[in-house]
Amino acid sequence: MSQQTAATQSLTLVQAVRDGLYCEMDRDDDVIVMGEDVGENGGVFRATQGLIDEFGDQRVIDTPLAEAGIVGTAIGMAAYGLRPVTEIQFMGFIYPAFDQIVSHAARLRTRSRGRFSCPLVVRAPYGGGIRAPEHHSESTEAFFVHQPGLKVAIPSTPHDTKGLLAAAIRDPDPVVFLEPKLIYRAFREDVPEDEYTVPLGEAAIRREGSDVSVFTWGAMTRPTLDAAENLAGDVDCEVVDLRTLSPLDEETIVESFEKTGRAVVVHEAPKTGGLAGEIIATIQEEVLLYQEAPVGRVTGFDVPFPLYALEDYYLPEAARIEDEIRETVEF
Amino acid sequence: MSDYTLETEAGRREALRRMLLIREFDTTAGERFNDGDIPGFVHLYIGEEAVGVGTCGALEPEDYVASTHRGHGHCISKGLDPELMMAELYGKADGYCNGKGGSMHIADVEAGMLGANGIVGAGPPLATGAALTIDYQDRDQVALAFGGDGSVAQGQVHEAVNLAATWDLPAIFVIENNQYGEATPVEKQHNVDNLSDTAGAYDIPGVTVDGMDVTAVYEAVSEARDRALAGDGPTLIEAETYRYRGHYEGDHEPYRDEAEIEQWRERDAIESFKERLIERGELTEAEFEEMQAEVEETIADAVAYAKDADLPDPEQAYDDMFGEPVPEIQQFASRPRADGGTEGGDPT
Repeated sequence: MSQQTAATQSLTLVQAVRDGLYCEMDRDDDVIVMGEDVGENGGVFRATQGLIDEFGDQRVIDTPLAEAGIVGTAIGMAAYGLRPVTEIQFMGFIYPAFDQIVSHAARLRTRSRGRFSCPLVVRAPYGGGIRAPEHHSESTEAFFVHQPGLKVAIPSTPHDTKGLLAAAIRDPDPVVFLEPKLIYRAFREDVPEDEYTVPLGEAAIRREGSDVSVFTWGAMTRPTLDAAENLAGDVDCEVVDLRTLSPLDEETIVESFEKTGRAVVVHEAPKTGGLAGEIIATIQEEVLLYQEAPVGRVTGFDVPFPLYALEDYYLPEAARIEDEIRETVEF
Repeated sequence: MSDYTLETEAGRREALRRMLLIREFDTTAGERFNDGDIPGFVHLYIGEEAVGVGTCGALEPEDYVASTHRGHGHCISKGLDPELMMAELYGKADGYCNGKGGSMHIADVEAGMLGANGIVGAGPPLATGAALTIDYQDRDQVALAFGGDGSVAQGQVHEAVNLAATWDLPAIFVIENNQYGEATPVEKQHNVDNLSDTAGAYDIPGVTVDGMDVTAVYEAVSEARDRALAGDGPTLIEAETYRYRGHYEGDHEPYRDEAEIEQWRERDAIESFKERLIERGELTEAEFEEMQAEVEETIADAVAYAKDADLPDPEQAYDDMFGEPVPEIQQFASRPRADGGTEGGDPT
């Protein structure tokens, strides 16, 4: 076993959420956590465990079951000087607050000619794979990416989780921070104990390669890396974890594609209107002449998230990703 | 005629039987969930049986009910088949939603069950809309929504109750106050002493009843139904009750202690109603045991049925997306499958 240095601790992704919240609350009294059962219960996934003991119930607020009220109130708090971090228990519960997020949080700055800002974070676990029904499994990041005025971040590792969350909290504008609950406790990683940020808007190249670029994020990063590993020796895949979906790191997408000339996009959201389309359009606009094959998509189906028996078919997994990569490379 | 009414001896025995059936269904569902047989999440109704049964006993079969995430008891009260319910919990193709909905999405048009629902507060708007349909078509029916205490804080519940009240619709709103909105006590989520006090905001009758007493619930809903049918608009009923299990199976419940649960168990709805029927000479201990054994058999059969039922085929994911098949869906359904199967079926 490697010797763990005093300056890091081995955390799961959900523990990194908690640690990120802790560090930001510790360094800035204006950071307030609020949501359903986030206080005494420590959050439905324990992402806020113990924060109420550290910071008290003025800064870790248990709210009624009222998502529109939670986010609406947080917008008011943000506009008048605080930095609220709201927790929505599941992404499928976010829609009562959708109006608040897209009609108000996203527009406060532009609507007020820059006189108001809205440094708000809306956290929500997203995605499938935990055998939960439709309202508890969806991945609708594209709704939020489509709305100008919002930033959208999705980490795939504990290290990035803490750093991206810190960046989101310190950002002067609203950030929808989506957490891949499938991998909340799937693995651990050494994470610095001190506060740090991972900048919004910067993708990470998880695996360098020269034959094909595979763009993905969140919980799909792991099966994508597995697929790349399985193909190694045969196909040299570059895996790019976008990390922030808005603003999209077009520079990294373009540079990677210039190198490979082929691409596959993997997301668990339904295909039609999903973010893969936007990434492909970016490639078409910026680097068409490098293109050697149609860009492949591996996505969820165009259906509401199905329960149980169909879930394993719905979610992209390594075999399906491998098939698409091969098809793209062999075109 | 209702399937059962608390006005007759036979009806009262049926009400007791249904409460037992709910408890047995949910006890078993909890066990099978903890075994890993049942996927997802289950929210059990154990402890609250009198609310569902008392409510639906006051309704007619053609009345509509919109349920909640804790909906198994409402479904059984409304007369749904435990076999098809259990099959849905198991994610099987024979279930009420072809195994695509699970515990939180059981719906059945024929039984007037508008659906359990994964979203807190989603029932009242459905009931208001169903009540408007009834009103528009001039039918002698009512639409009733269940909601938890937590749902009273949701904006859509306010909007739905206000509309139903303003338009004098034949709707009934039953708030099951089981003392906790998920993990947070009711008094930390609401400023009113009784949740029925909120009825004042809509100028409709609001009553709080003992939700551990099936007769008290039955009487309140009967009165509300008469009022709705007379064209006098909705009623908001708060039933004070308690869930013996956590918010969901697996809830570590730091927010309450065993003593509190014990206190409520002393007022157990099934036990007290059974005692009352025995006192009235309408039931003997032996008959009760026979009833219990029959209920256990029904649920054991439901589990056996569910276990034996088929899982949905992958291409069934695309079934029922639209009323008419659309080219995009046909195209998706014919794509290669993740399991290495070649072609999906014809979605038509």
